[in-house]
Amino acid sequence: MKAMLTGLLQWTDARFPLTKLWNEHLARYYAPKNFNLWYYFGSLALVMLVIQIFSGIWLTMFYKPSAEEAFASVEYIMREVPMGWFIRYMHTTGASFFFLVVYLHMFRGMMYGSYKNPRELIWIIGMLIYLCMMVEGFFGYLLPWGQMSYWGAQVIISLFGALPFGLGEPLTLWIRGDYVVADATLNRFFALHVAAVPLALLALIGAHIMALHEVGSNNPDGIEIKKDKDASGVPRDGIPFHPYYTVKDIWGLAICLILFAGVLFFAPTFFGYFIEKPNFVPANPLKTPEHIAPVWYFTPYYAILRAIPDKLTGVIAMFASVLIFFFLPWLDRHPIKSIRYRGTLFRLLLGTFVITFIVLGYLGTQAPTPAKSELGFRLGELYFAFFLILWLYSKERTQSFNYTVLGIVAVLLIFFDAIRFDSENGALMLVSSLLVIGYFVVFVLGSMYTRLNQPKPVPERVT
Amino acid sequence: MTTDVDAGRRRFLTATVGVVGGVAAAGVAVPYLVAWQPSERARAIGAPIEVDISKIEPGQMLVQQWRGKPVWIVSRPPAVLEALPGLDARLRDPDSSQDQQPQYARNEFRSIKPEILVLIGICTHLGCAPSYVKQDEAPLGAGWPGGFFCPCHGSRFDYAGRVYSGVPAPTNLVVPPHMYVTDTRILIGADEGSA
Amino acid sequence: MNRIIAAIVLGLLPLATLGAGGGVTPMSANNNLEDNTSLQRGAKVFVNFCMGCHSMGYMRYSRMADDIGLERDLVAQHLMFTTEKIGDPMKIAMRVDDASGWFGVAPPDLSVIARARGVDWLYTYLTTFYADPDPARPFGVNNVMFPDVGMPHVLWPLQGVQSYIKAERPANTVSEQVVRIESDESGFALSTSVTTKDGETAHVTDRLEVTVPGSMTPAEYRKTVRDLVNFLDYAGEPVKLLRFQIGFWALLLLAVFAVAARLLYKEYWRDVH
Repeated sequence: MKAMLTGLLQWTDARFPLTKLWNEHLARYYAPKNFNLWYYFGSLALVMLVIQIFSGIWLTMFYKPSAEEAFASVEYIMREVPMGWFIRYMHTTGASFFFLVVYLHMFRGMMYGSYKNPRELIWIIGMLIYLCMMVEGFFGYLLPWGQMSYWGAQVIISLFGALPFGLGEPLTLWIRGDYVVADATLNRFFALHVAAVPLALLALIGAHIMALHEVGSNNPDGIEIKKDKDASGVPRDGIPFHPYYTVKDIWGLAICLILFAGVLFFAPTFFGYFIEKPNFVPANPLKTPEHIAPVWYFTPYYAILRAIPDKLTGVIAMFASVLIFFFLPWLDRHPIKSIRYRGTLFRLLLGTFVITFIVLGYLGTQAPTPAKSELGFRLGELYFAFFLILWLYSKERTQSFNYTVLGIVAVLLIFFDAIRFDSENGALMLVSSLLVIGYFVVFVLGSMYTRLNQPKPVPERVT
Repeated sequence: MTTDVDAGRRRFLTATVGVVGGVAAAGVAVPYLVAWQPSERARAIGAPIEVDISKIEPGQMLVQQWRGKPVWIVSRPPAVLEALPGLDARLRDPDSSQDQQPQYARNEFRSIKPEILVLIGICTHLGCAPSYVKQDEAPLGAGWPGGFFCPCHGSRFDYAGRVYSGVPAPTNLVVPPHMYVTDTRILIGADEGSA
Repeated sequence: MNRIIAAIVLGLLPLATLGAGGGVTPMSANNNLEDNTSLQRGAKVFVNFCMGCHSMGYMRYSRMADDIGLERDLVAQHLMFTTEKIGDPMKIAMRVDDASGWFGVAPPDLSVIARARGVDWLYTYLTTFYADPDPARPFGVNNVMFPDVGMPHVLWPLQGVQSYIKAERPANTVSEQVVRIESDESGFALSTSVTTKDGETAHVTDRLEVTVPGSMTPAEYRKTVRDLVNFLDYAGEPVKLLRFQIGFWALLLLAVFAVAARLLYKEYWRDVH
């Protein structure tokens, strides 16, 4: 029996690099031995992808992509298809978990400088994956054809109407294929959601992993383990991915699946965040819901869009807030990768960014009030300020350079406040501006006049 | 790197994780497999139908649809019934030994009441729809006293849906589960055992 | 690391206060999906009072009968008025065009209304109709939960007619908003926040009282509405209880899996120093 299997393996290896692939990507892929909690999310994202593909394929077997039948066919899946509810909840929960896991995966990269040389391309491909996911999520959200599906799509497509030179209206018309979001829109979104974008996602994820395995994984210390190899060419701080990280990732997966099943079985709508309440009302082109909010994974960007009182500027700011991540490897060129050795101010900076992102996300789910819009605007400023400070921290700056930057920032901030000023919100603007002023005082002056931005010595070997 | 490895413990734990993980994977697979079963809608549409047979004349055939298939209800005159036993020698399965009917229709007339025949109108050869040829209409071929004739490949059946020897169809026509709700109302698709 | 998490948690705290405010907080429906007799009473109320105008098109009579423990024959005899096939969906005969003409908008299908509105909202809505003599009100009623509602108070033969009894409030009141509703023996207490012209706010307590009695006492009526809402909750997601049951076993299995995976991980990682 064993001889037969060995024979079969040899027969295959002569025709297909099976053993070679196994060794390169698992058994002899040497990963740093000091991965922590944050390193689970890459493999978890892969599992979420598989969940989405399987549940998605099954849903297409019962779903009807037509304006007449879509809503009813979803309820048909929920009630009449045997165990259809399980498959559908798996898909809705999977979508949110996929984003959650990917956000944590991205945050890991930002903490440990995983986007820096030589991993810029991994980061870029990863960002493309993230973009594809957003597009996929947007298309998919229209399919249940509920009120939030319909009006969400209407709002997002209208964003393209902000394009100048008379291009906006024709473009939105072309995207919809009708004068409002209609059957034609639903049909094309369905095709893109189930075929086009998933194909692109699969290709990009393949490229992401190939690029990673070419340069090797980063780690919480931000040290290149390939620089210190033993006589046989194996990194001293590396361990084979299989079995060590496969068994570890299985443990991580078990915990993730417990949370996943908890949501799927006990709170599939997740209090209106994963499946919004108005989406249980069929799409009605004549009646807008009282309050439109996208699903949680889009809300930080939506908050930035809404906070800006000018349509075109708001749209530009929203797209910029996503796309700026692409430039991260070139904005932050500090030679030290890991947050562990970059000093206190960097920790504070990244922590503030996370809070900014989460609060923006919360504001995006809420109905706008003057105070919330103002907070959204200021947090939008802090959002972009984060990238500026990262760039500023990339190397030693002279005092005059820092003051010049501060001066330019001050002029810009005053300019933006001046054009949106009116007597109603003046006081609010004045108070909220303290947030931004405080931010720049801490991060620019703090780095000049305290030792809080001093990096710590980076060890030779991983800890 | 390795010092004292407890290989037995590793094998045991690997097997445990494999088995429990396998059970979980199988558990997830179940909903995906049962989702292909007929849905509640299909079941509701395929639910038993009630047919009123009070208006049927001797020799006449009613066609109804049940689960998308044609169901024949034929009222057989006494002359037809009397002729049935005489055909046994020319039939492939005269005693209905093949399981093509419920137990209560496994008799010489293949029906509950001798005169009322209930059949699924689909040829057991390749699924064509045979046509009803009355006794007094011109018989096809020498010595065929009429019955059901399948135009696709020429299979012939008698007035109890029994197949003749020497035709392509392998078995008798199917008798669906059915029961009498009243003397003149038949329920097709359910019987005493299921309803 | 821990400091970052602490910072995030502290940063999120102010959000809790931002989320409050705005609109009436509905009363709790306190319905129990496992109570089959309540569901059966609710189904009866639904068929007799709601199904005149509202369909429940994604629900089949047969499924309902099986799920809430009714004999199919009894359902066919007593609860089916528009069809004679037990497997049919619970549709109604009213045409959408007619309905739009009579009510302004077609009465919506109620299959998933409990998921769109929530049970608490429905419970409060169905208990807080009151007489409104304003001639602009087409059916002479209004609603605390749904101001200027377009639906007549169909359950009034049971509840009777409630009157909105306003407590004394500042003369220069410009706006008011009900913030909390509480039921008691004779009706409902409505805690209301009023804003005066000078921008000052005050609290007053208005009341809803039954002034023309119906066939039920207020407590009986609330119980009936709870049954109805319970049934709507069930109809919104018939698999809910099954979902909880399967979920329990799934979590149990995954917990065993996690323990085994943890042991395996720790066993292999004894190699790594």
